[in-house]
Amino acid sequence: MGVDFIVGLPEIVLLAGACTLMLADLFVEDSERRVSYAITQAVLLITAAATVLVLLGSGGNLLYAFNKLYVADLMAHLLKLSAYGAVSLALAYSRQYLLDRALLTGEFLALLLFALLGMMVMMSANSFITVYLGLELLSLCLYAMVALNRDSAASTEAAMKYFILGALASGLLLYGMSMMYGATGTLSITEVAKQTGALSKDSTQHAFLIFGLVFMVCGLAFKLGVAPFHMWIPDVYHGAPTAVTLVIGTAPKLAAFAMAMRLLVNGLLDLANDWQQMLAILAVLSMAIGNITAIAQSNLKRMLAYSTIAHMGFMLLGLLSGVVGGNWRNAPDAYGAAMFYTIVYVLMSAGSFGMLVLLSHKGFECEKLDDLKGLNRRNPWYAFLLLLIMFSLAGVPPTVGFYAKLSVLSAAVNAGMIWLAVVAVVFSLVGAYYYLRIVKLMYFDEPVIAAPVYEQPQGVRVLMSVNGLALLALGILPQPLMAVCLAAIKGL
Amino acid sequence: MLLSLAIWVPILAGLLALATGGDRNAPLQRQIALAGSIAGFLVTLPLYAGFSLSNPGMQFVEHRAWIPHFNVFYTLGVDGISMLFILLNSFTTILVVIAGWTVIQQRVAQYMGAFLLMSGLLNGVFCALDGLLFYVFFEATLIPMFVIIGVWGGANRVYAALKFFLYTLFGSLLMLVALLYLYDKSGGSFAIRDWWKLPLTLGSQLWLFFGLLFAFAVKVPMWPVHTWLPDAHVEAPTGGSVVLAAIMLKLGAYGFVRFTLPILPDASRELAWLMIALSLIAVVYIGLVALVQTDMKKLIAYSSISHMGFVTLGFFIFNSYGIEGALIQMISHGFVSAAMFLCVGVMYDRMHTRNIADYGGVVNTMPKFAALMMLFAMANCGLPATSGFVGEFMVIMGAIKVNFWLAFAAATTLVFGAAYTLWMYKRVIFGAVANEHVAALQDLNPRELVVLGLLAIAVLFMGVYPLPFTEVMHASVNDLLRHMALPKY
Repeated sequence: MGVDFIVGLPEIVLLAGACTLMLADLFVEDSERRVSYAITQAVLLITAAATVLVLLGSGGNLLYAFNKLYVADLMAHLLKLSAYGAVSLALAYSRQYLLDRALLTGEFLALLLFALLGMMVMMSANSFITVYLGLELLSLCLYAMVALNRDSAASTEAAMKYFILGALASGLLLYGMSMMYGATGTLSITEVAKQTGALSKDSTQHAFLIFGLVFMVCGLAFKLGVAPFHMWIPDVYHGAPTAVTLVIGTAPKLAAFAMAMRLLVNGLLDLANDWQQMLAILAVLSMAIGNITAIAQSNLKRMLAYSTIAHMGFMLLGLLSGVVGGNWRNAPDAYGAAMFYTIVYVLMSAGSFGMLVLLSHKGFECEKLDDLKGLNRRNPWYAFLLLLIMFSLAGVPPTVGFYAKLSVLSAAVNAGMIWLAVVAVVFSLVGAYYYLRIVKLMYFDEPVIAAPVYEQPQGVRVLMSVNGLALLALGILPQPLMAVCLAAIKGL
Repeated sequence: MLLSLAIWVPILAGLLALATGGDRNAPLQRQIALAGSIAGFLVTLPLYAGFSLSNPGMQFVEHRAWIPHFNVFYTLGVDGISMLFILLNSFTTILVVIAGWTVIQQRVAQYMGAFLLMSGLLNGVFCALDGLLFYVFFEATLIPMFVIIGVWGGANRVYAALKFFLYTLFGSLLMLVALLYLYDKSGGSFAIRDWWKLPLTLGSQLWLFFGLLFAFAVKVPMWPVHTWLPDAHVEAPTGGSVVLAAIMLKLGAYGFVRFTLPILPDASRELAWLMIALSLIAVVYIGLVALVQTDMKKLIAYSSISHMGFVTLGFFIFNSYGIEGALIQMISHGFVSAAMFLCVGVMYDRMHTRNIADYGGVVNTMPKFAALMMLFAMANCGLPATSGFVGEFMVIMGAIKVNFWLAFAAATTLVFGAAYTLWMYKRVIFGAVANEHVAALQDLNPRELVVLGLLAIAVLFMGVYPLPFTEVMHASVNDLLRHMALPKY
């Protein structure tokens, strides 16, 4: 029993930290919210240290805990560390934004930490119940965060939409899980994996499993935000305060990816032939709807929301190329590619939404396309960073976005799905148009706002620079991150 | 090491220029750019001096691990086919920097930086021996060019920049799928030399051929995917037009010799009729289109397409005259088109119009300029003793070996080329002084004289004594033809 608590140390530390924050925040004056902010960052740091500790202690080996409800493997550790980074980055970018709007409250910070806890539980889940618990913890926190700005009708509406659709998706997921339970008699993902192989040979049982699988994939698709379960994304991204959009658009993607890996790959790999076909449809739809609809947007947040949908469709290319005709020789490469894609996407997303946060200031929200006009005149360095981010999102070398696309396309081609790769590149061409339009606005157009860009604190500017340049640096040397992702998948 | 220097010296100089900040440091930025471009050219000279004429394979090879996860290597090397392009590119960069010296007054660092970055990236395309490395350089060149057209271009620059980018990106993305297919088929290797040996069935060769064709045909550009070029040229600043015409168009043609011919020889033979037909359409039809242009830059842009039709024609007749002639034509076109665009730039800087109708009698006020432009116009029509003649003559010789009527059709370019070039020249330069603006023109300043003079020397030298250019190609071209003759499957 004692070992269990050591394996789960990061979650325990974070939970304790979040509770401490809630208590401490009671005694912090409104004008001193910076203290709560500092506590939150410190908690993140300590949690990261705890994760590294567990990682080093386990030597990267797979460990189960709490009667196999919980698993700690390299993938979980890596995704968790990325999630801390993403949350910490998002928080740092939005500190001034939140202070200006009196949103940097104890509630926000506590919700953020609990959301992170939910993500961590999802990443380490080894049972349907654990997955579900993590997912609900994450989702409930996010619903509340979207509605945080109580006076904004748009935010409230977005939160309602998010909540209703999210609840429906959770229901679908639960229903699917209960089918799986009915077929296999167990909720443990490892046990399910052992049984599905034999069960799927019997056609009645197979039909039963597929029935459950369809519901689970629907629930997953909603959480990943892929078409045709994407309707909430534009509204929520648009309606939420940009700082919250920044949070929603980054770390939860890692959690959704982890959930897909745990459920589909860890649990239902024997049904890969079936779910790969479903994912192929989702992927094509997402790339098409995401990229084409994004062109028509005049609001930056909505445009980036549709871009997210397209990117998650791309990521699915990796997930669906693992098993070819019962042969999983290429599986680690394909899943590694999907993981690489997700992490890279989170980095790009943090940069793009972060830039919107940085360009906003008290009484001004940078969210229309025209707000970026002539940015090169107003602040060449921000314009250059955003140029890097946009080219990376478009997948143009030498930025890392290209290697992300390359790895999933390579996985699809290896799996013999050349048609899918061609469809993907055609839609990424469509996508390139609206990313280029941003570059065009920044570089070719005259500014509509004459004032220089609002000066952010030095530290935030350095962070943004690191974020933008990381896309270039990882593009020139992508090997380490790719290797780590591959190792993580091999350690499953 | 030399090849790495050829890539990274201009890139570092470009970054240095960018790092110097705003326009108040403009003089310094220009000097950095000039020093960087000259240094970039100097490091490429040993490539020619140390080149072994008898070695058909890759020389100056560098081989380092880059992305072991994908088995990608940082492999550089040049053979007789690619070596001259690196020199040409580095030489052109110097001209571009000088040509933009006073014309560009706004965002000087970004202008100079973009051209230097592009120069390094273009060198990378010509010497990359790893498929993915090639692709990365090939694509990365789009970014600076997009910015150059969009920021310093003419009135319709945004449309032109987007069209340029999306056209070429579409082609490149299909090429990426083709490269990934080759990677898969070769058991996980991106080395171009490994792909040469791949036994591919005719069916898969044909698919790959079309995948690559889009990328290269858009870049060349071949009819009917050429429409981005006139737009891009007209809107680009002079330096952008020069690099676009002299170097970027060569990337597509280079792709044909480096990828399509050696990797897919059977498909190339099978589809040679198509390529020849498209090339002839470019030569004849686009030649006619050039004739009716009223904008000088557009006219030269169409003339470029027509000349590049000659290049693709030379490649797909599969003999050494054709391929060498096409390569020579590429280099010559690099000099001549650069010179023509610079000439238009010289006039545009003074008159701010490119309309042929706004000119007339320029020879009266700009005699030196008129003389130099005469030389380039003659080279553009392929007059003997200019560089334009050598390549066209060789390609026509090669074509005669295949089919007389093919050669006949190709040779019509000599007529059309002379027609549109000389007619434009006549209307702009000769005749009575058209208006008071022309009467007020100042002749070439020393800087312009240096740029055009250097190009004039190159054009004449190559026309009178082409041996230094052809002799480096022989071994590699013959090796390529031998390789293509081998059975593939």
